Amino acid sequence: MSIFLDRDTKIIVQGITGKMARFHAREMIEYGSNVVGGVVPGKGGEMVEGVPVFNTVKEAVAETGAEATLVFVPPPAAADGIMEAADAGIRYCVCITDGIPAQDMIRVKRYMYRYPKERRMVLTGPNCAGTISPGKALLGIMPGHIYLQGNVGIIGRSGTLGYEAAAQLKERGIGVSTSVGIGGDPINGSSFKDILQHFEDDDETHLICMIGEIGGPQEAEAAEYIRDHVSKPVVAYVAGLTAPKGRTMGHAGAIISAFGESASEKVEILSAAGVTVAENPAVIGETIARIMQ
Amino acid sequence: MDIHEYQAKEILSNFGVAVPQGALAYSPEQAAYRAREMGGSRWVVKAQVHAGGRGKAGGVKVCDSDAEIQAATEGMFGQKLVTHQTGPEGKGIYRVYVEAAVPIEREIYLGFVLDRASQRVMIVASGEGGMEIEDISAERPDSIVRATVEPAVGLQEFQCREIAFALGIEAGMVQQMVRTLRGCYRAFRELDATMVEVNPLVITGDNRILALDAKMTFDDNALFRHPQISELRDKSQEDPRESRAADRGLSYVGLDGNIGCIVNGAGLAMATMDTIKLAGGEPANFLDIGGGATPERVAKAFRLVMSDKNVQAILVNIFAGINRCDWVAEGVVQALRENPVDVPVIVRLAGTNVEEGQKILAQSGLPLIRATTLNEAAERAVAAWQSDMKNNPNLRAVQ
Repeated sequence: MSIFLDRDTKIIVQGITGKMARFHAREMIEYGSNVVGGVVPGKGGEMVEGVPVFNTVKEAVAETGAEATLVFVPPPAAADGIMEAADAGIRYCVCITDGIPAQDMIRVKRYMYRYPKERRMVLTGPNCAGTISPGKALLGIMPGHIYLQGNVGIIGRSGTLGYEAAAQLKERGIGVSTSVGIGGDPINGSSFKDILQHFEDDDETHLICMIGEIGGPQEAEAAEYIRDHVSKPVVAYVAGLTAPKGRTMGHAGAIISAFGESASEKVEILSAAGVTVAENPAVIGETIARIMQ
Repeated sequence: MDIHEYQAKEILSNFGVAVPQGALAYSPEQAAYRAREMGGSRWVVKAQVHAGGRGKAGGVKVCDSDAEIQAATEGMFGQKLVTHQTGPEGKGIYRVYVEAAVPIEREIYLGFVLDRASQRVMIVASGEGGMEIEDISAERPDSIVRATVEPAVGLQEFQCREIAFALGIEAGMVQQMVRTLRGCYRAFRELDATMVEVNPLVITGDNRILALDAKMTFDDNALFRHPQISELRDKSQEDPRESRAADRGLSYVGLDGNIGCIVNGAGLAMATMDTIKLAGGEPANFLDIGGGATPERVAKAFRLVMSDKNVQAILVNIFAGINRCDWVAEGVVQALRENPVDVPVIVRLAGTNVEEGQKILAQSGLPLIRATTLNEAAERAVAAWQSDMKNNPNLRAVQ
């Protein structure tokens, strides 16, 4: 099995009756993901895209054996939805929602620590494009056709920039084991380091591609982890070389506010840890192809 | 979202933080009147702009009479205050805060931030108040006291006492410090702030602890549940292009270059700017039109980018994921037919249905420069901008 998903992973969609959620549920089913149901409080008993809707995540888990969830709940209620999934015994949660208050995410992170590590849900996102293991399953909103199945593990904050990298790889006939979006918010479920650990242990992943951006300490933290614990080659790109200090660049988390948070500092820190850094986003694919030869 | 000092002080005061007596004025006459009304013999007038560094820039003046207040504020109202945080264009002064001067014994730095490493609220304090935290951490890092707040139980009294004693606050005043810290934390927590900064927090000659300056920034994502905070938004302090973009659901940051960017997705938008720079150009802006890239959004984006008079070429870079390139291409063509632009436009489409998209662009009859890869797009944009400069040196000359 890939790091989080497999062909058989049973998936639910929280908020499935919404227009966008419904569209993406259908896309996931068409890709081959094993979507077994949805959750919308008060809509239990309905059918959407051929799968049953439940009132609570607990009920969905009890009835379908769901292991993974895609949270498509609007920002005011999204944190609550994530905690509901964590409590219901969901193993892997991707939260797509953009615009969750940062302090709600602090609460979510604290809440998840109620559970011992072996039973603690893994959360990626929020404000991400999701996770795909090409040829197996899609748990997110990315276009499946731009990914080839293969051995590069991708971790990125940004959706479309991640597509750009995958497309550059596909052009060169290079495939992806799993691509994980960790999202652009300042407080997120999993960091680069958290996902690096999974890729290091994953037999299907031979090289890791990390796509960072300005703001926050997670790239520097990842660099330290790579230096000490990652044996596989890592290629990185950090977006925002031209970003001015103190300004938020689209993503709530993309703001340079401290030492080590600018793109050039992150490039330096990653290079020092032995990471091959592509300074130009247009050569991410080329750089990986060179190393994989 | 940022608010003014006087607003932050009013909020903090409601949470039990002591602040000097003060009043707001919209004119020099009103400022002088406010001082008379307040009484006393010495006042401080402070320009209300959304930026730090006001003192050094001449935005804070100590006055000893009505006449001095009138004269000092006449030089402020309607002017632009340029501090190291405002950029060269400065920020307009339309409000002045008049405060009773207080006898300062000691200055303390106090900040509450969202710490991304611990993913908690962190308190940062230092006995070296009055300096900016960047300077304190560079020059006196040993003076910094930190504490993180456990989200399940909130800030505890013992943590406040620890901070107070670490800062060398006299035993008799520790309770005042505890009240100040807890008040700031409660305001941060209950109003979804992302930053509360009191710099300086002062100890006065008569043993009071007062917030002499205050700055609060709020989480834009949480404004939906704090309408009373949303009302404090002051558009006069925002870049007009950025507020216009925000009102239209676009994310825009103005920069100094000449190549305008229209991109879907924040990461790709930053990457596009980087590629332009590496190709020898300078981006004029960051603009994320969102994942959807509908024709309406593309049209709005063109209008927004063209409102920057420095723009001499526009690079459109759309990676169509869920939407399709043919649809995006229709949007670009429609937007340009309705709002023709007088600068070269470079369009790079990638992703779903890219061939159909290219065909629509080619058949539109519009003088579009097409590109297939990110590099090609940036190089063509820079080349177009350079040749445009040569052929039409006066066209949209930099003002």
